[in-house]
Amino acid sequence: MNPLISVSNLDKTYADGFNALQNVSLDIVDGEILALLGPNGAGKTTLISAICGIVGATSGTIMVAGYDNVKDYRRTRSLIGLVPQELATDSFESVWNTVSFSRGLFGKKPDPQHIETVLTDLSLWDKKDNRIMELSGGMKRRVMIAKALSHEPRILFLDEPTAGVDVELRKDMWGLVNKLRETGVTIILTTHYIEEAEEIADRIAIINKGKIMLVENKLELMQKLGKKQCILDLREPISEIPTVLDSFHLELTAGGSQLIYTFDTTKERTGITSLLQTMAEAGIKFKDLKTEQSSLQDIFVNLVSERQ
Amino acid sequence: MNTQAVKAIFTYEMARMKRTLFQSVVSPVISTSLYFVVFGSAIGSRITEVNGVSYGSFIVPGLIMLSLLTMSISNASFGFFFPKFTGTIYELLSAPVSYFEIILGYVGAAACKSIIVGLIILATAGFFVPLHIAHPVWMLFFLVITAITFSLFGFIIGIWADNFEKLQIIPLLIITPLVFLGGSFYSIDMLPPVWQTITLFNPVLYLISGFRWSFYEIADVDVMTSLLVITLFFALCIIAVWWIFKTGYKVKK
Repeated sequence: MNPLISVSNLDKTYADGFNALQNVSLDIVDGEILALLGPNGAGKTTLISAICGIVGATSGTIMVAGYDNVKDYRRTRSLIGLVPQELATDSFESVWNTVSFSRGLFGKKPDPQHIETVLTDLSLWDKKDNRIMELSGGMKRRVMIAKALSHEPRILFLDEPTAGVDVELRKDMWGLVNKLRETGVTIILTTHYIEEAEEIADRIAIINKGKIMLVENKLELMQKLGKKQCILDLREPISEIPTVLDSFHLELTAGGSQLIYTFDTTKERTGITSLLQTMAEAGIKFKDLKTEQSSLQDIFVNLVSERQ
Repeated sequence: MNTQAVKAIFTYEMARMKRTLFQSVVSPVISTSLYFVVFGSAIGSRITEVNGVSYGSFIVPGLIMLSLLTMSISNASFGFFFPKFTGTIYELLSAPVSYFEIILGYVGAAACKSIIVGLIILATAGFFVPLHIAHPVWMLFFLVITAITFSLFGFIIGIWADNFEKLQIIPLLIITPLVFLGGSFYSIDMLPPVWQTITLFNPVLYLISGFRWSFYEIADVDVMTSLLVITLFFALCIIAVWWIFKTGYKVKK
């Protein structure tokens, strides 16, 4: 299947010499929810801004629905709705006017019915005549989402949608994302909350220091996370693993004094009991046993710290 | 062409005028009335006539130009600076609009607002002094082209300015003195010869002179020269805007 968005070899160096993106390539599939995960300053916002056309790329290409986002910017941009990280609103305008303005700006004819639906979905309908300055922070964020949805985009970028947002709004946001997914909207969200990515994303991309470090299906990633390790500290170091233990695919570390057994928690049998039994029969004694499970958090921290 | 976007920007900007009715419309009317009281009545009672036109009537074109220039610049510069200041410019930059459409929307609205204000001042002046417009079409032409040119100029200031001080500095330190020294309230032949020559370097003189000619057929400089200068200035602004968008100067990172 052709990707909806295809970023190839994207490089961005700002005027002050800061290299925000380095050779980034990323394909985003039609209809998926991709979570772009990374620490602050990793390049998440720059990547989004480049796709949306706010930031010009130093080199590389971005294709959206088969169109180049520079040459065919009208086609690509009209497909995209963007909710930036910073709360930026026109304080003196009414909610209704600002959302209707966005629709017009993206080239769509006025459609009060659609604007009403968007505002109702975001619980903004009763605030439609309020000036934006009268709204709370959470409400302002809803207004920004309404603006992005006003022109019925096929792709929605949510840059840190839940940063500094209360629990209720966060749940609403996730609900909205699910509802949009059902209508076929492709969603790219950046976050540094791992549980958020786990909750709603189909795929997860991890970015750090301007480089994409991992792009993986969430379920496959979770399966990896479902793997657990059993670590056995041996009484006496051994030089090699006895052949009777071959079927367990053990790993011998720490100068022969530690055996590591990797097993799948999702399987019915973990195999620990038979491993211990076989070890006892082979005369290998151990003084300690512990189990470990790596989380997305660990993978993330490892990936990020490895390159520092 | 994304006409919906041009319409959206235009109506959004015009809505601001409605919202700030006092600042946009009432205040120029009040200040113009004050000029009439001070210059027209108090000083005018001593000057009586300039080139056969009563002093009160003589200053009307200059007064309109004064407001037209300052309003065009401030409308357009503020209109573009404000989204930069609040951060809402992200939407404009990510929208499927060309630079030409952005300019059409912002400059069109700014020029439209100042033309409305100019006409309101003209009507207000009618209450104070007898008005005679010899060439109404030329009068409108000068009004419109000046409004568009200086709205373009204001738009450039709006792009260039990255704080409120910069936004104010050009209108305050350059435009206002140029308008005052450009023959708004006097004919340059009332000045000593040296100052007459210096004034000829003031571009605003040509605008006011041409505009005044369309009213009373009296001018400090030839009307063709006025036309040439305003066209030149218009062309310069177009080139500057074209360059800004071509290079992304201060707009795109």
